[in-house]
Amino acid sequence: MLNYDLVVVGGGPAGMAAALKAKECGVDSIIVLERAETLGGILEQCIHTGFGLHYFGEELSGPEYAAKFIDQLKGTDIVVKTDTMVLDIDDDKVVTAVNKKDGLLKINAKAIVLAMGCRERPRGALEIAGSRASGIMTAGTAQKYVNLDGYMPGKKVVILGSGDIGLIMARRMTLEGAQVKVVCELMPYSGGLTRNIVQCLDDFGIPLRLSTTVVETHGTDRLEGVTIAQVDDKLQPIESTKEYIECDTLMLSVGLIPENELTKNVGIGIDRITNGAVVDEMRQTDHKGIFACGNVLHVHDLVDYVTLEAQIAGQGAAEFILGGDKDAVYVTPETGNGVRYLVPQRVNINNKNEVKLYFRVGQIYKNAKVVLECDGKVISSKKKVKLAPGEMENVVIPADILAGMTPDSSIVVRVEE
Amino acid sequence: MKRELTCVACPLGCSVTVEYNDSEIISVTGNTCKRGEAYAKTEITNPTRSLTSSVKVNGGILPVVPVKSDKPVPKNMLFECMKVINSVTVEAPVTIGQVIIENILDTGADIVATNNN
Repeated sequence: MLNYDLVVVGGGPAGMAAALKAKECGVDSIIVLERAETLGGILEQCIHTGFGLHYFGEELSGPEYAAKFIDQLKGTDIVVKTDTMVLDIDDDKVVTAVNKKDGLLKINAKAIVLAMGCRERPRGALEIAGSRASGIMTAGTAQKYVNLDGYMPGKKVVILGSGDIGLIMARRMTLEGAQVKVVCELMPYSGGLTRNIVQCLDDFGIPLRLSTTVVETHGTDRLEGVTIAQVDDKLQPIESTKEYIECDTLMLSVGLIPENELTKNVGIGIDRITNGAVVDEMRQTDHKGIFACGNVLHVHDLVDYVTLEAQIAGQGAAEFILGGDKDAVYVTPETGNGVRYLVPQRVNINNKNEVKLYFRVGQIYKNAKVVLECDGKVISSKKKVKLAPGEMENVVIPADILAGMTPDSSIVVRVEE
Repeated sequence: MKRELTCVACPLGCSVTVEYNDSEIISVTGNTCKRGEAYAKTEITNPTRSLTSSVKVNGGILPVVPVKSDKPVPKNMLFECMKVINSVTVEAPVTIGQVIIENILDTGADIVATNNN
């Protein structure tokens, strides 16, 4: 049995930032366990730029953003084990992991940060009719083929789903000479960032068809084409709008799912909307000493916010390790009109600092207000030209408001049209 | 003339309105930072984009290394730049920041590696 103060599960942007912050806060022994052969997580294949504008004030590619943290880690005594798969975490914070070099590892931790990230929703979750022809893959898989393995998975492409990875891949495939015929989006709005629609689709004249889905794939060995159709307001395909499109590749960019198998095995409470753990403002789960951050907690659109969140979790873990468990009095913020979820789900009113609540809206709003109401009083009301489900928002509960709260206090975030 | 743009300078994606004559920018509104104003101006006069891609590597850990243009290149030259990028093979080791192609097609932009390999 190995002993570490802090075990970080996952060496992507969240895990690296959490480990570094915990070190900075004075935690002695820290180990980062990463499944892949290198640190950096999904950033390694996100070769486009746009990362780091908030956090570093400069525009970086994914690998460049990751490299800044990898370099920092190298300058510390934080232990990193790559090619190492965590199999289990138990109630006593014993982490079981395996790799080729050490075999089976049992690590006794004072605190754990969960930073496993998320994965893509696969074809199987969509129930599209058709055989298992090759050429049907998630956009992230295609991204790996092109950007890490250096080969093109197809020539004529249809993309289902307008999430950011799908949009980025539409541009990437086009630049490499493929023809991207159409991006279909089931919803009446895109799930991706507006800038990506502009610079990945509009720039290249790639059509985005909203309220449209793929209903059937054709071909048995290799994909030969897809049938697309518009959907009604109940999201059901409209028979008369069916249209055949010839293609050899179908890419899916239809949502991300936090990878919480380990979390669930421990028995940690999961939020039904985010599919991530229920956490407090330090990102501590309902199991004391176990924290979660990054895309395993809730899917982010910007890595900069992942870093900030991971630093909170790293600090929380450090405070837990160095100061022990402190009495917490929790208030549960409520989602008002238009707000789908809030992270953190619980706020300790004994916390002396301001608390930022992150959230997503359920539909597109124009010229709306984001209102924070505590104990029936409007604390802030912020005008927003546009609110979209694809873009994460936040509101701040000021420290003095938090200090005046009681266990019966209420916190509500809502959208006012 | 008036044109509505979505700023792509950062992920905020501000809606920016530009008023302009033939070659003169009269006003830029709706942007929330200086980058937005600069974006709107070049978008009307000479639209540019950052270009990212990958270049073949001999003897590296991976068969390709990611690259970017160290400054934006004219939007209408993206495909020509891609032809040049795809014609190049570099020898490992490649280090982050290494210049792979100098002053690509006289755009003033270097193509630099964005990872080690």
